Amino acid sequence: MSVKQISVFLENKKGRLAEVAKTLSHEKINIRALSLADTADFGVLRIIVDNPDRSLTVLKTHGFVAQVTEVIAVEVEDRPGGLSRILEVLDQDNVNVEYMYAYVEKSRENAIVICRIDDRERALQILEKNGIATLSAEALKAL
Amino acid sequence: MIWNTDYECLDRTGLSRHQGERLGRLIDVLYRRVPFYRKKMDAGGVKPRDIQGIDDIVRLPFTTKEEMREVYPYGLLAVSQQEIVEIHTSSGTTGTPVVDAYTAGDIEVWAEVMARTLSAGGTGRHDIVQNAYGYGLFTGGLGVHYGARRIGATVIPISGGNTKRQLALMRDFKSTILACTPSYSLYLAEAAREEGLDPARLGLKAGFFGAEPWSESMRGEIQQQFGVLAIDIYGLTEIIGPGVAMECEHQKGLHINEDHFYPEIIDPSSGTVLPDGQKGELVITTLTKDGTPVLRYRTRDITYLDRATCACGRTTARMHRVLGRTDDMLIIRGVNVFPSQIEEVILKVKGIEPHYQLIVERRNQLDELEVQVEMNESLFSDEIRNLERIEKTIEADLYATLNIHTKVRLVEPKSIARSEGKAKRIIDKRQL
Repeated sequence: MSVKQISVFLENKKGRLAEVAKTLSHEKINIRALSLADTADFGVLRIIVDNPDRSLTVLKTHGFVAQVTEVIAVEVEDRPGGLSRILEVLDQDNVNVEYMYAYVEKSRENAIVICRIDDRERALQILEKNGIATLSAEALKAL
Repeated sequence: MIWNTDYECLDRTGLSRHQGERLGRLIDVLYRRVPFYRKKMDAGGVKPRDIQGIDDIVRLPFTTKEEMREVYPYGLLAVSQQEIVEIHTSSGTTGTPVVDAYTAGDIEVWAEVMARTLSAGGTGRHDIVQNAYGYGLFTGGLGVHYGARRIGATVIPISGGNTKRQLALMRDFKSTILACTPSYSLYLAEAAREEGLDPARLGLKAGFFGAEPWSESMRGEIQQQFGVLAIDIYGLTEIIGPGVAMECEHQKGLHINEDHFYPEIIDPSSGTVLPDGQKGELVITTLTKDGTPVLRYRTRDITYLDRATCACGRTTARMHRVLGRTDDMLIIRGVNVFPSQIEEVILKVKGIEPHYQLIVERRNQLDELEVQVEMNESLFSDEIRNLERIEKTIEADLYATLNIHTKVRLVEPKSIARSEGKAKRIIDKRQL
């Protein structure tokens, strides 16, 4: 199962990230996880929020370039070797991970890893075959 | 040193008479042999007999760069093709190039005015001229070459670029004169220091710099770093190439070789001739050119004239160093760049917004052009490398068209200021 990530284009200058956070907070949207990739010129903010559709609308009306990206959320045991196992599995089947980032839920024992994979369907099959659970949007929201 | 005191120091009355005679002859030829000019003169209701002296020049039509392009390649030829011995053209980056076709006599004139130019900065027959202007269709290289040959100096025709070799030859051959763009000279100085050479101890005594706008402060820098006299020179392909005007050792404006090139300053919007001292667009008529003579060419360079006799003894009119341009053409590292060209390239890339901005800066003495392009939904990707690819693609396309490296920067939507009238596309941060 895949979940919706919101990706936002940010110019690499002061206050832009704060502007996104403020925009979302005004709408009472909670950011669950985030990662920021950047170059000298610009950055791409990737966020997992509790209401992706609403977030997209809000960001766009505030003039941001944003889009929904389908990503996979995998539960990983929060201990040494947890992440390694998943990567091994994907690597064995030559699945390339474009990028990933993780977050730890305070109420749970497991960490959650967000993976951006081009061939998402195949990755999901491989993970399933190897008994690795992926989270649905509902499940993620319920956390 | 004054190469030709007869003409460079001719009294103003004699000069005017000479100019009037040459103009009369020129108009006769143009009216008879160049349909382009006959049509223009007929349209303006002026006949060759109306031109009795240099003051009558105001009755004649102007020539623009666009018109010169329209009659490419041979439309301005005033002699048969067999009399042409050499052809140069402008870079042609904006489309059709402008052609300058020289007869043997024109090359003689070119050598003469370039000999005057190099002499004005002290070049003599014992000097070794390192000519780092590009050789080829560009007029800079061969112009300096002919002038140095006329003087009897030794020319090192190294052409542009190849910095390490420039320094090695400068050191080994003990060059005394450097000719290149001002920005390149400072780049050379920097490269010299990196190699442990003191530019001031290379033995140069003068440098002839042109082909791009530069400032008094940059002159100060060049003079200090190399310990040279830095001379500003002016010319353009449409007229002859370098050799139109040059500073003397007093560096108080550029002496126009007025017996060959007649200068006027006009109000660019009305076309009215302005009095000396008033800023306006420089207009030049080639009084002595045979191959492709040009009548009242609108240079689009903004300057003003001073006809007072200079401390050096020359009586020729002096133009102030070019103050700006009437259009928005940018000169980046000596290459003419029009915003319209950049626009054309950018807009060919699928999904790009027609909002862009050009930022010109001078870093490490070299011009840098940054092209800002707005991000939008259709271009956006959550993957950095896709976005970087957009930047690289546009940079490559721009290089293919302009032949200069640019920096493309993706910016947020609506972050480029919109204008209701003429868009302000260019932010020139160079301190000129």
